Amino acid sequence: MKSALQINNEHLKELEDEAIFVMREVAAQFEKKVILFSGGKDSIVLVHLAKKAFWPARMPFSLLHIDTGHNFEETITFRDDLARELNVELLVRYVQDSIDDGRVSEEKGINASRNKAQSVTLLDAIEELNIDVAIGGGRRDEEKARAKERFFSHRNEFGHWDPKNQRPELWNIFNGRKNVGEHFRVFPISNWTELDVWQYILNEKIKLPSLYYSHRRLVFKRNDVYLAWAPFMQLKPTEEVFEADVRCRTIGDITCTGVSLSEANTLEQVISEIAATRVTERGGRYDDRRSEAAMEDRKKVGYF
Amino acid sequence: MNNNGNNNKSLLRFTTAGSVDDGKSTLIGRLLYDSKSIFEDQMDHIRESSKRLGREEVDLSLLTDGLRAEREQGITIDVAYRYFATPARKFIIADTPGHIQYTRNMVTGASTANLAVILIDARKGVVEQTVRHTYISSLLRINHIVFCINKMDMVSFDENRFLTIRAELELLVRKLGIEDAHYIPISAKYGDNVVDPSINMSWYTGMTFLKLIETIDIKHDFLNSAARLPVQTVVLPQSEEYHDYRGYAGRVAGGSFKPGDEITVLPSLLKSKIQSITVFEKSIDIAATGESVTLTLEDQIDISRGDLIAGEGEMPLSGQDIMMMLCWFNERPLRPGARYLVRNNTHETSCIIRSINYRMNIDTLEKEASTESLKMNDIANISIRTSRPIFYDPYIKNRITGSLIIIDEATNETMAAGMIE
Repeated sequence: MKSALQINNEHLKELEDEAIFVMREVAAQFEKKVILFSGGKDSIVLVHLAKKAFWPARMPFSLLHIDTGHNFEETITFRDDLARELNVELLVRYVQDSIDDGRVSEEKGINASRNKAQSVTLLDAIEELNIDVAIGGGRRDEEKARAKERFFSHRNEFGHWDPKNQRPELWNIFNGRKNVGEHFRVFPISNWTELDVWQYILNEKIKLPSLYYSHRRLVFKRNDVYLAWAPFMQLKPTEEVFEADVRCRTIGDITCTGVSLSEANTLEQVISEIAATRVTERGGRYDDRRSEAAMEDRKKVGYF
Repeated sequence: MNNNGNNNKSLLRFTTAGSVDDGKSTLIGRLLYDSKSIFEDQMDHIRESSKRLGREEVDLSLLTDGLRAEREQGITIDVAYRYFATPARKFIIADTPGHIQYTRNMVTGASTANLAVILIDARKGVVEQTVRHTYISSLLRINHIVFCINKMDMVSFDENRFLTIRAELELLVRKLGIEDAHYIPISAKYGDNVVDPSINMSWYTGMTFLKLIETIDIKHDFLNSAARLPVQTVVLPQSEEYHDYRGYAGRVAGGSFKPGDEITVLPSLLKSKIQSITVFEKSIDIAATGESVTLTLEDQIDISRGDLIAGEGEMPLSGQDIMMMLCWFNERPLRPGARYLVRNNTHETSCIIRSINYRMNIDTLEKEASTESLKMNDIANISIRTSRPIFYDPYIKNRITGSLIIIDEATNETMAAGMIE
């Protein structure tokens, strides 16, 4: 098999041009603009693109993190450092607050996750902060419902997405007009694949949290997926916690982010592993495995 | 990543249109599968879903049909985007439904494509749908069309059958003035001439489908147009270091710009010279079509979003009475006298619909005069009057500066796409 590093990647320039174009349209068409920042690689790439799009001016966006409280610690440190370095406003809203306020109830049981509850906290934050556009790192290659997503995706006054009634999007003309109370989600890297993101990170020398590289950590195995262990996680009697060398392929809420056994210490090694893999990156995500249309259903009611 | 005007060509966007049984999904499925772009967990999902939905075989169309309703009904409703790469190129497929009631989706998918793939059932030959897809591709100015004459296995791989269909297609291609057309006999189901050359059709000596889309030259599509940059936003750092800096940010929509070039700004018609072109911290010598850049000028002139910067050479056209080909997207009909917003590039103004000049019957290619209104999916020639002048190039010369959308001010919906004549 060919090495991933030998793949012709001139196309990244065009993907970057397209993403920067979209960022600039957002800047021009909206008032209160945020980048949804999770600390994951896709949101880090978004921030990098925003930096490039408006240089030498500061990017006209704040960062918004919807914090489930179930974090990898490294992600939070990385987030705070990045916001400081770029001198942009960092907004954090907590799922715990939504639970305490009774806005959402905590899932119970073995596979309990706060992933779904994030949508409530996010929509509340959008209303509270008068946000009219949230830029996300969603990509169409990630998941089948996302393959139908527009660059400029309209959300009604309930924050809901109507996949069967989306605005047509032609050429490079993006229609961001909306009524009061409605908002948009915008996905500048819609046309990127997972491998594109990694190759871009390599080309641009973008710094990532250490979690993406091999490190030793306590893990356990559930239905063929390795999960990072954290004190608040419930284990089945048959599940055992053990130490292993792993890296994350995506970073999200710790309860639903799978890790893979890996010794890859450099970006080049990570990319080679990813290019050779036969499972999608969301294959390790428990949130998508819940039903066939899990993502479509979550997205309709306000998920990222 | 170079900036000599030959970049951006390792990415090919193509559109496919077709109905359930013409083998479109099978062709895409095969391309994705053979290029190792389908992962094991996706394949497992498709196997499970096929079984649950009672399909007899593994149904590769489930890979492209993403929405619940689409999977349940076994139809493609919306444009789905798919990605695959070979060592030669990266491909973006805009997969669209082929039925006439989804004309608007076909137009959407075609608007960004460099190439169109049109599938023909070798048993049936050229049918209404073939004419419709070919017409839409030519209307949207897709320069390269690949006709895949599919299901050759069901006509005993007969060369004469292929040649008959090809001759019929060539007539259509000439009639529509399509510049670059290709004809390949394939069997998507068995893989003949898709990735590997067919052993059943040794009489065919041309390229396989994959080889063709990997090697087809699309860089000439971007040359020869005049230099254009629609201004998206003005970059004003207001920092000590860049105190007087004013940058004009946009994506080059035609030709190329170099430092020192004389430019004209529309609508003001003020002139200046390019002082610098930057991409982030890097100064570049030339900005080619497709590149997102920031320009600074030698003179302090008033420029804002919606203005169009034109380079040396041919000037854009400017006017308030605009004639165009239009595809209507909305359930509410279009009628002369109605008022809308019109947006081309980054510029927005109001317009009134003056007249519907003719409606195109896209199955027969006949012009139907005396049409009083347009229904959803209709394609027609119309005239509008804009509140302020718009600046443009004919769509035939530039797909970016020659295109526009029409927006309903009350609902904010995108009602139509227009190609200016």
